[in-house]
Amino acid sequence: MKQLFIAFIVLTLGLLAYSTYQGLVVAPTEQTMGDVQRIFYYHVPSAWTAGVCFFVNFLASVVYLWKRNTASDAVAAASAEVGVMFCTIVLITGPIWARPVWGIWWTWDARLTTTLVLWLIYVSYLMLRRFSAGGQTQVLAAALAIFGFVDVPIVYMSIRWFRTQHPSPVMGGGENSGLNPAMLHAFFWNLLSFTCVGIVLMALRYRLQRLEEEVEAAHAAVALQGGAR
Amino acid sequence: MTTLSVTRATLHKDLRMEWRSKDAINSMLFFSLLVVVIFSFAFNPTAEESRRIAGGLVWVAFLFAAVVALNQTWARELRNQVLDAYRVSPAPPNALFLAKAVGNFLFVVVLEVLMTPLFVVFYDLRSVGPVWQLVVVALLGTWALVVNGTFFAALSIRTRSREIMLPLLLFPISIPALLAMVDATTSILTGEASPDFWIKMLAVYDVAFTAVCLLLFESVLNAE
Repeated sequence: MKQLFIAFIVLTLGLLAYSTYQGLVVAPTEQTMGDVQRIFYYHVPSAWTAGVCFFVNFLASVVYLWKRNTASDAVAAASAEVGVMFCTIVLITGPIWARPVWGIWWTWDARLTTTLVLWLIYVSYLMLRRFSAGGQTQVLAAALAIFGFVDVPIVYMSIRWFRTQHPSPVMGGGENSGLNPAMLHAFFWNLLSFTCVGIVLMALRYRLQRLEEEVEAAHAAVALQGGAR
Repeated sequence: MTTLSVTRATLHKDLRMEWRSKDAINSMLFFSLLVVVIFSFAFNPTAEESRRIAGGLVWVAFLFAAVVALNQTWARELRNQVLDAYRVSPAPPNALFLAKAVGNFLFVVVLEVLMTPLFVVFYDLRSVGPVWQLVVVALLGTWALVVNGTFFAALSIRTRSREIMLPLLLFPISIPALLAMVDATTSILTGEASPDFWIKMLAVYDVAFTAVCLLLFESVLNAE
């Protein structure tokens, strides 16, 4: 199992190197935006990975409330942290891209604002995990995760009522939409490698969480023995 | 014991305690009075401007004031282990939650009724759109804040830094509700747009989160 995981890490690093090469060197330069468009190969895959992480967090929270097993709580904790990290990358790369292209760092449009609110909700989730003690943490965090997940579509709906500035999805749209095949190639390699990085980080964080639980249990056992003596 | 009888008994107890002490309503009133005064110094608006910003001012003031009352919701049940007694009793947990939520709703509605004349006087407000719509927005919006607030107060009472935790959890989740309340109020006051979309939005928010609260409250109450 451990060797398999190390092999997966090596594979992920290889993928990351290849997709970075594809994105920065092989993919053609965009006509109007120039080289700054290459941030697309990091911005969108990060958003995708953050979305995957938050979805995993929601599923793990539901499973925890249902089965009450510490393993799914550890998955929820790991996925929330990794998701917040990727969401932060999205929120940082977005303005860097927007400044030369739109002329502004930030605008309160539907997708930007939703991403920011999503980030706020999951940061509050991490704070709740940090500030609550003992066995209560898991239940409280799982409840908040479900609130957050219900809130996201409502946030998106309510903010879409304002005019939106963020481009509509470029892929899978109408006839005029669509990327240059070379760009699409680089994009999908990056999507794959970022997803793998997300999985590796979640797995490592999960392992750490389980070790922490073991250490805590060992401390509790020692304290109990000390009390008996 | 039915849900209704437990709800009524708990609500009756809470209202009587509040009637005798007036702790929540007094602290909320004074707090929102301070917010009104400080905002008017900070923005110093004319009548025309204040109609545009009043929606935001009013709701931010009520949101902050509501947190004061919400934080006290469960604190008094911790004394003498009332909450533990409730947990071992056969009473349905959702009855307790509903009683607390309705109680907080009444407190905040009373606050709004008392504070609205003050807002009108201090900011020289006159509504261009129909006033009854403001009442609908206020009722739906208050329930949106209070139902989640009551739930998150029950969450944050279990954490280390109780009082600070409630707004940290409540505000991010309440952003769409607050946006709907502020925009609906502004469009009614200025009469420039229809608030219909926002009122529907608030109704959807209320229904969705009331359902989630009732679904999860038992787990949170029994969390150990």
